[in-house]
Amino acid sequence: MSESISSTNPSPTRQPRTPWQLFWHRLRQRRIALVGGVILVVLYGTALLAGFVAPHNYDREDRTRFFHPPVRPHFEGLRLVVPRSVPLEIEGKQFAYKLDREDSMPLRFFVTGDEYKLIGLIPARLHFFGTADANYPVHLLGTDQLGRDVFSRLLYGSQISLSIGLVGIALTFTIGMLVGGISGYYGGLVDNGIMRLCELIMSVPGLYLILTLRATFPPDLSSTRVYLLIVVILSFIGWASMARVIRGMTLSLRERQYVLAARALGQSDLRIIIRHILPNTFSYVIVAATLSVPYYILGEVILSYLAVGIQEPQASWGLMLKDAYSNYQHLQQFPWLLAPGAAIFVTVLAFNFLGDGLRDAADTKA
Amino acid sequence: MWTYLFQRLLHMIPILIGVSLLTFLLMSLTPGDYYSKLENNPQITKEKLTQLRAKAHLDRPWYVRYGYWMKDALRGDLGYSLEYKIPVSELIVMRLWNTFVLALAALLIAWLVALPLGIWAAVRKDSWVDRGCAMIAFLGLSIPEILLGLMALLFAYASGWFPVSGVESNRYIGVEDWDAARVLNRLHHLTLPALVLAASSLAGIMRQMRSNLLDTLRADYVTAARARGLSEGWVVGKHALRNAINPLLTIFGYSLAGLLSGAFIIENIFSWPGLGRLTLEALTSQDYRLVVATVVMATGLLMVGNFIADLLLAWSDPRIRLRE
Repeated sequence: MSESISSTNPSPTRQPRTPWQLFWHRLRQRRIALVGGVILVVLYGTALLAGFVAPHNYDREDRTRFFHPPVRPHFEGLRLVVPRSVPLEIEGKQFAYKLDREDSMPLRFFVTGDEYKLIGLIPARLHFFGTADANYPVHLLGTDQLGRDVFSRLLYGSQISLSIGLVGIALTFTIGMLVGGISGYYGGLVDNGIMRLCELIMSVPGLYLILTLRATFPPDLSSTRVYLLIVVILSFIGWASMARVIRGMTLSLRERQYVLAARALGQSDLRIIIRHILPNTFSYVIVAATLSVPYYILGEVILSYLAVGIQEPQASWGLMLKDAYSNYQHLQQFPWLLAPGAAIFVTVLAFNFLGDGLRDAADTKA
Repeated sequence: MWTYLFQRLLHMIPILIGVSLLTFLLMSLTPGDYYSKLENNPQITKEKLTQLRAKAHLDRPWYVRYGYWMKDALRGDLGYSLEYKIPVSELIVMRLWNTFVLALAALLIAWLVALPLGIWAAVRKDSWVDRGCAMIAFLGLSIPEILLGLMALLFAYASGWFPVSGVESNRYIGVEDWDAARVLNRLHHLTLPALVLAASSLAGIMRQMRSNLLDTLRADYVTAARARGLSEGWVVGKHALRNAINPLLTIFGYSLAGLLSGAFIIENIFSWPGLGRLTLEALTSQDYRLVVATVVMATGLLMVGNFIADLLLAWSDPRIRLRE
């Protein structure tokens, strides 16, 4: 007994752990945070390689197969096969298909198909899986009202929906930290002016301001521009609350000895703010950033749902939801159109899991 | 205390002016104006358009327009809506009432469900009740409002038990009299949007109530009350609960504010003719007077909500009330 205790005790020669090691150690103990992290890695990984993982392009229409139900490849012996899909002509019943399990084709990996650009740069035709025959379609999540593969659109849509969170956060936090740091460091008139501006922005209910800002641009912009616009608008509103918190932290940090020392050494104000003050707010900033990514993802969803966001034929989760809800009858008959809703839910949940875990791990007092 | 509250009230004025100025500036940056869509209409001559624009001060720079608007607004006149051809104030009162009804119903549902559940979960800590409540709270906090709203909409459509849009059935359009059936019809329309709107704040309030009560149940005076042999119900109800409810009063004010802006999404999903939907309509048609009035109104409501939160806190906590 006494042996086992002494062996678990850290030996006196062991190196003291850095704060980051402690942080990582505490984070690893939180399973649910790790689960969230793994889900996010998978989601972002597939988003990055969307063109490769998706069997079709986001705008590839199969005019003979609107609202095709999901096709699940099944095993025939040791091979995964896809059944032949035959559109049926039945009186009074639209969009009926017969999946013929007798006549099937093996699902092949690394097949050539639609052309796409890998990571937006490298032209490629290689797809992770597919059948390369339109009569044996692999619609894992069915097709939509234009016969486009929902699974592929979901992946292409995740490029927009997921990256909007990261780009938005990067922009918001850069502005928020810089302005907050400057405001807290200088104090006085600068501080007063910046804080009044923050109050003004924060006092308007979020969505009212977002939509008014959106209205200052033409409604029919190209998807790339709308994408940038959404990021800028959401960041324009988001930086205010960030700046306020950073300002509060800076107010106490600027009285620290090392800041005084840096000042005595004659470093410039901006350098002191960036090199000595802001790094001390990082643990807060990382947690806050993780927890506020869903705000950007949902911002895109809401704008696209209200028809002022991403436009067809591009895919985004919000736009796909809007399409799904444009006809309730279809939605009821073809429930796979709700897939983007599930994707949004899983993503938001994963970010919350990870964010909560990070917060607990960063809290050294606990 | 009173000076502080008075200052808070005064502080609202510059913010409201700032918001109206900001909205005016943003509206002036929008491409085209309300009359742009008439330009291609052959029945309307150029002269007529110029005349119409001049009447709405749309031919002047935005700051001059703002001056005109402010002059009238100070006298309580928000002008005519270009789209609806009726006074903006009338329109807003009508729509505000709908938003208010929705927010109030959500508030009632949230608090009437959350408080008892939170108390129950705290008193029966670690029981199945507590776990069930934790599960509900977790779901309520993690499902985004827009998804919950869309799910409710699908449910309403699939089951046919609830109407999918509006405040009341079409047969009441233009009808003035009120009877029991109409009230019931309105309540029927209100149910789903209010439930969805209540869901997220419900979860937060419930968790807060539970943790507050757990804190106070651990306090010395509660142990003392138990030691004196008071019944458990008396200990919880008279000693613990009163102190546990205090921090919740702040949330009350803020949840009112949150509901008003949260209502924006719900209103648009359920076609509920409230302030949020009116704003979207006004923005789409570039009815600038209406946009400014709705945005300023929404901001005012948010600030009043926060103000009420402060008042409630001062009322409940003498330490805050007596501090000058």
